[in-house]
Amino acid sequence: MNFSELFKQSNQLCKVSPDGKYLATCVQYRLVVRDVSTLQILHLYTCLDQVSHMEWSSDSLFILCAMYKRGLIQVWSLEQPDWHCKIDEGSIGLVSSRWSPDGRHILNTTEFHLRVTVWSLCTKAVSYMKYPKACQKGIDFSKDGGYMALAERRDCKDYVSIFVCEDWHLLRNFETETQDLSGLEWSPNGCVLAVWDSCLEYKVLLYSLDGRLLSTYSAYEWSLGVKCVSWSPSSQFLAIGSYDEKVRILNHITWGKIAQFEHPASIDNTKATVYKEVERRPAVPSDELLQHNIKVGSTLLNTKSKYEICAPPIQIPVVKPDPDRANPKIGVSVLAFSSDSRYLASRNDNMATAVWVWDMQKMSLEAVLEQTAAVRCFQWDPRHPRLALCTGNSKLYLWSPRGCVSVQVPAEGGFQVQSLSWHCSGDFLILLGKDQLCLCYMDAEQEENGRLWRRKKDRK
Amino acid sequence: MTHFKLFENNEISRMSHVMMSPSRQSNLELAYSLSTYSVIGAFCTEDNVPQCLLHINQELASLGLPVCIEASSPEGANLNAVPVLNAVYELLQIHRRDMCTLEEMEKEQMKKSSSLDLIQMTNSRLKDQLELSIREKSGLYETERQLQLKLKTLQRCLKGEKDEVQKLQSIIASRASQYSHDAKRKEREAAKLKERLSQLLIDRKDKKLAIDVLNNLGRSDGKRSQWRTTKATASHEGEMYKFLLCDYEESQKSLVLENAELKKVLQQMKKEMMHILSPCQPSSRGATADEELAESDEDEKTRDSSRDTLDQSCEHAREQLTNSIRLQWRKLRNHVEKLDNQASQVLHQMESNKDMIPFETHQDEMERMRHEVQQCKEFIHAQQQLLQQQLSTSFDDETAALLYDCYTLEEKERLKEEWRLFEEQKRNFEKERRNFTEAAIRLGREKQAFEEDRAAWFKNHFLNMTPFTNRRRCSSSDGQSSLSIISEPEIRMSVKAHKAKASTYTTFSTPKSSRSTAAPSTTDLYRTLRLIPDCSSSMHSNQVWQESSTNGDEDIRIKSKSRGLHCSDLDIFALGEDDSLT
Repeated sequence: MNFSELFKQSNQLCKVSPDGKYLATCVQYRLVVRDVSTLQILHLYTCLDQVSHMEWSSDSLFILCAMYKRGLIQVWSLEQPDWHCKIDEGSIGLVSSRWSPDGRHILNTTEFHLRVTVWSLCTKAVSYMKYPKACQKGIDFSKDGGYMALAERRDCKDYVSIFVCEDWHLLRNFETETQDLSGLEWSPNGCVLAVWDSCLEYKVLLYSLDGRLLSTYSAYEWSLGVKCVSWSPSSQFLAIGSYDEKVRILNHITWGKIAQFEHPASIDNTKATVYKEVERRPAVPSDELLQHNIKVGSTLLNTKSKYEICAPPIQIPVVKPDPDRANPKIGVSVLAFSSDSRYLASRNDNMATAVWVWDMQKMSLEAVLEQTAAVRCFQWDPRHPRLALCTGNSKLYLWSPRGCVSVQVPAEGGFQVQSLSWHCSGDFLILLGKDQLCLCYMDAEQEENGRLWRRKKDRK
Repeated sequence: MTHFKLFENNEISRMSHVMMSPSRQSNLELAYSLSTYSVIGAFCTEDNVPQCLLHINQELASLGLPVCIEASSPEGANLNAVPVLNAVYELLQIHRRDMCTLEEMEKEQMKKSSSLDLIQMTNSRLKDQLELSIREKSGLYETERQLQLKLKTLQRCLKGEKDEVQKLQSIIASRASQYSHDAKRKEREAAKLKERLSQLLIDRKDKKLAIDVLNNLGRSDGKRSQWRTTKATASHEGEMYKFLLCDYEESQKSLVLENAELKKVLQQMKKEMMHILSPCQPSSRGATADEELAESDEDEKTRDSSRDTLDQSCEHAREQLTNSIRLQWRKLRNHVEKLDNQASQVLHQMESNKDMIPFETHQDEMERMRHEVQQCKEFIHAQQQLLQQQLSTSFDDETAALLYDCYTLEEKERLKEEWRLFEEQKRNFEKERRNFTEAAIRLGREKQAFEEDRAAWFKNHFLNMTPFTNRRRCSSSDGQSSLSIISEPEIRMSVKAHKAKASTYTTFSTPKSSRSTAAPSTTDLYRTLRLIPDCSSSMHSNQVWQESSTNGDEDIRIKSKSRGLHCSDLDIFALGEDDSLT
């Protein structure tokens, strides 16, 4: 495993272009585009203010930089550095901005969710979508970019509008059977739209592309409900994480529940492997060594950690949530399927130090990673069944079916990994610190030779 | 009569006993008085004998005995002894009988009294128990009363709680409705405000709201944007449905595939079941063979029909298949159960026979082993005997060995002879071979000489033919000419190249490409002159080398020399060699 030097960034704005060739980072009001292979700066653009959101167009030709405070958007072209585009939303304000899938339209959501403005870079035309709903996930494009689903709120009722992205033609508009719609998401094949209600009610609705209600699923009543929803890449499963600390898996044929994954505080499942991160502080060096090591003191202060395989039963530390506060820290809030739909990773908020990996073939718990600190972010390799996670310290953690490894990022100055994202080839990871970033290159051989903790064979 | 008499007697005795029982005391007193009779005064004195007699007679009469005591003399003291004795005897008898009955009665009385005691004891115990249970009962009554009281209070509580809950629920409901109402109201207000805001924004005609693009971009798909028409909307609809249809078709396809797979599995399972069941049916179910036959016929039919309709995948076929599978499964289960039973029975039998069977076999085994031991002993004995015999007749053996040696010697001799013959043949063959190779070499040299001669002749001829001899020579020697005949230096050059090539071929057998890069012009020339066959030359040289190496060291030396010196005719030689070999 190799690491690049550190680069500056701000607001954790650092994205690789969809074609995987360029790396765009924002440093205050500057946008820097680097070649991914050489890391040399190709372009440098200067925006009008500090950038709060940055996004690549789908064809990797344009970059959108949004400055929400000013209600401004600037678009830069990679092919023509002289080309520029500036969109001003005016006094109405701006809260979110995004590309349409064709990379020629920009969708701006104004303040108070008054409307969604669609700007065309081809014709300078502007069109509005009224009554967008302010919710967890109110807009979603289908994976092939053909359709857009928009959650709307009119007359105290929830509606979903389906637009054809090609010419923003309204294909369908239907009322949903929700009290307070919280989010919607297309299945990866683009044929089914999952819609879920707010946490006050456990309700997941599945609509066909043509607006027909396919199925309704509700696991229980009178308790806080859905917290997150995720489709498997194969569109075969819909995983629903809820406040009762369970994940329920629906199938795509009957839309019924086929499995339920619980997150118990005490694991006594003998088939699952539990990796526990163990920290070891290096022994206090003697005076001579100390003098010698003053320069490399920063690395010396870092604690070493490794994974140990624990035999069940194991207690996972649980933080009891405050019942008087809104949005209690309990329940499954993050769900992620591996690219081959084989594994599902989940995090239960009241056990923030643990990541749970489930095998979708056996429908059982595969592994539990118990970290020493709360897990900040985890993401699957887009090519291989490999999970990378970070806990806000200077280490990177990787899990694969073969084992688990913890890697110290060899950067000076206390680089702490706050979030991470994979390159689309799965060859390297982008590690984002507070105001720096670092690339971590995967090496097949290195991974083999690394501190991989293989499973013991006698534990079956 | 006697019986009756006895009974009467008994009766009388009882009666007398009854009568006597109160008089027992008096009797005792009487006895007492009798013992003291002599001292105080007797019952009978000489004076009152007749009175006494009378009295005794009366007494006896009262006792039911015949009155027979008479005085032998009217006033004398002598008595008639016989009746008196009889009477006394009678009296004694009566007395004994009475004593017996008395004893019995006493015993009975004892028994009765003891049983009475027992009964009294049990009675008292029972009384105690009764008292206890009564007390208990009262206690239970008390607790029950208390519990009922509690229940009542609890019920009252429950009712209260229920009321409370209802009240709370109603409050919650009202609050919820109020909340939702409020929320709706607020939402409406918010919507109104939003509307107003947007209206205001539109009215104000926000000048800032603008897009500033250097030059418009083309669409990502390169097409021009289209007008919104009904046709476009229709096409959108169509596309959407097409999209959905595709997806459904795909899912249907996958489902059909899965179904087919499952059906196949079912079929196979069924087949295997039938296979498992069929051979053991006749043996296991002899009695129900006819039934079995009928069933299997039925199975056959269903199977055939299911196979026919498998492709149609209609409901009927599916039902049939599942039914037949179910039937088979039931049969299999029965069969397995039966086998299980049998196995357990057999096991049971085994267990019961465990001690018996081994005993017999044990006997047999012992017998057999004894026999074996006997045999072994005999064998050893025989061997010992033979050994001794051998020791005694060792001289004879030596002669035999000598004889045997003679035979082998003869054989050896014969083999040696053959070997020598073979060696000679080999040598001859070798010589012949060398001759051949030498002849081939000579032939090669001759050929070379001939070639040189011919070249010289051609040269001469050519030079003679042309008038500008000097100039021509210069131009031809300079380099590539259009002439079809090769000049001297060129040959040398090409030969050099070729030599290098040949060596590489022999050692490394490099691919063709290296040859083409080495000297393309000369090789081309050679090829045009047909001096080198395309690639066979290298092959030949290779072969030659290998051949020579097998032949012997001398040949190698010769060949290497010839290659070093006369490389130009290598191919020729190779050809010659080829000829000679063939």
